Amino acid sequence: MKETILSVKDLTISFQTLDGKISAVQGVSFDLKKGETLAIVGESGSGKSVSMKAINRVLPKSNTKYEQGEIVYEGRNLLAISEGEMEKIRGKKIAMIFQDPMTSLNPTMTVGMQIAESIIKHQKMSKDEAMREACNLMDLVGIRNPKTSSKNYPHQFSGGMRQRVMIALSLACKPDILIADEPTTALDVTIQAQILDLIDELKQKLHMSVIFITHDLGVVAHVADRVAVMYAGRIVEIGTAEEVFYYPQNPYTWGLICSMPSIDTKEAILYSIPGAPPNLMNMPKGDAFAPRNSYALAIDFEEKPPLFKVSESHYAATWLLHPNAPKVTPPAEILRRYEIFKSFYKTTEEVEVYDQCTSSFAG
Amino acid sequence: MIRYVLKRLVISIPVLFLISVGAFILVHLTPGDPADMYISPDMTQAQIDLTRSALGLDKPWLIQYFEWIKNFFSGNFGFSFSSRQPVAEILAQRFSPTLLLMSVSLLAAYLAAIPLGIIAALNKNSWIDRSIIGWTFFNVSFPPFFLGLALIYVLGIKLAIFPTGGMVVLGQENDIAGRLMHLVLPVVVMASQFSANMIRYVRASVLDVLDQNYIRTAVSKGLSELHILFAHIFRNSLIPIITVIGTDLPKIIGGAVITEQIFQWPGIGSLTVAAINSRDYPILMAIVILSAVAVLLANLLVDVLYAVIDPRIRYEK
Repeated sequence: MKETILSVKDLTISFQTLDGKISAVQGVSFDLKKGETLAIVGESGSGKSVSMKAINRVLPKSNTKYEQGEIVYEGRNLLAISEGEMEKIRGKKIAMIFQDPMTSLNPTMTVGMQIAESIIKHQKMSKDEAMREACNLMDLVGIRNPKTSSKNYPHQFSGGMRQRVMIALSLACKPDILIADEPTTALDVTIQAQILDLIDELKQKLHMSVIFITHDLGVVAHVADRVAVMYAGRIVEIGTAEEVFYYPQNPYTWGLICSMPSIDTKEAILYSIPGAPPNLMNMPKGDAFAPRNSYALAIDFEEKPPLFKVSESHYAATWLLHPNAPKVTPPAEILRRYEIFKSFYKTTEEVEVYDQCTSSFAG
Repeated sequence: MIRYVLKRLVISIPVLFLISVGAFILVHLTPGDPADMYISPDMTQAQIDLTRSALGLDKPWLIQYFEWIKNFFSGNFGFSFSSRQPVAEILAQRFSPTLLLMSVSLLAAYLAAIPLGIIAALNKNSWIDRSIIGWTFFNVSFPPFFLGLALIYVLGIKLAIFPTGGMVVLGQENDIAGRLMHLVLPVVVMASQFSANMIRYVRASVLDVLDQNYIRTAVSKGLSELHILFAHIFRNSLIPIITVIGTDLPKIIGGAVITEQIFQWPGIGSLTVAAINSRDYPILMAIVILSAVAVLLANLLVDVLYAVIDPRIRYEK
């Protein structure tokens, strides 16, 4: 088993707004392993972005409240250390790439300087050395003529090139962890693939761990080693990419996968999960997904399901995994995926465990 | 850029011409005949006509306007109706007091307002922010003439700390401390007006920049707050600030009519009031034209500064 580099435990975050308290993240726990890519998937407002921004503590200070939990990195709780200590971690150890490359760069500073800035701060280099290093980084991320480009301003670059600049900027100090917050959402599809490949390539080169925040399952399939699915501030399913894509347990994950168009989709209308995500201001009692879930059990409306263990690496928060739960038949698409999964992992123990489980449901 | 500036200067010539025509018409439409001011009740009609023709008022407007243009290009802007001195000479005397008062006021206002605006923005909705904003509200809504009179009454008359008006104590023109004491009250009145406006703009502008994604990027790079303030926030919030400075600058020439009047400050502002009262057309015209030139130049300066600050703003070659 790979070494854990970052550990988030029971993270709970709320925002104070004029209308009242919003519980954006409610008890999120996960480990990030060295060298892996973890994808966090979820709808807008599922808390995926908030919980990752909390890692680097870049949430607005005035109205954010870290209710409980800890984020452990190098033996320290990042939520408890001083702002000055945090500045030494941000950018140097844990770097971020943001969603919108058009607005994430300072319009009045040359891109070379924006990259060099964090090198000057963290690696105590002179300005000239840092600028040379910035040119190297721009070369590394595939920007042509880095020497001249580094003296240009962001508006002189296209969206894809700006995202490359953002990547160069985040890699400036060779961080251990790279948090990419929907890095391809604002880009053309052709550019998206290039950026994903670039991040993947640099991850290998620099031995980084990557957290990928996205609502695009296609992106997840492309890059992720492990996947965490979030809904209404909680992780509802987490496992390896194969497990989540081909052996999903949570009805919400089923819904997400079924609403993904595929080459063989024959229906004129694409499936979509009925209803809308809950209002985080007043959450329903029990499972937040229950009102939209056609597989919901009576207990779903009463009590939040805990994370049930499916395998060593796979957990899902649904009462359907409880030994006493009735057996339900997942949608056809999911059953098809189960078959593929079984053909891959025929010999593995987990499938047998599941089979026993289902047979006990039946009995 | 040089071509752009030259182009703007050339364009301003017809603008100034139109302003002079408009000003000329407005000034001449003002009720009251200037000649009346210089006529005593026992004058005969022949004497009145003589006064009018001496002032050039018996000629048609068009001719009067061309006379004015001629005087304008001769550089002396004609002769004052009331004192018969060349207008340029009078303006030159009045110019330096106004320049002194206004530049000290603006400088004091900005030195206070820019840090206060930034502090207010960085501490948004805290008691610091609320007290700064409350203070600007007070200043914006308090009429300068009333603030001036209140200061004169309390600090000038009751406590007798500062002189109530004028620029110097007569006969002690070289007394620097005395000059400074005369400067305090009018500067306080002017600066409180300028700074209140500026604080609100700086605060809004900094708040706007704070919300930008690139500030989040800067934070995530691990830069310190102070570094982010100077390297990222300040320059990006300058555009609205420069705009306000651009609207304040022409007042260095135009003066502050009310404040100068209250403090008997011998500047352009009080000259304007005197010229209006005596229907002194040549002086009024000169003040209007000079103010217009100041506005045009300040606008040009602001546009050039925009391009210097923000690389996205580049004017056509």
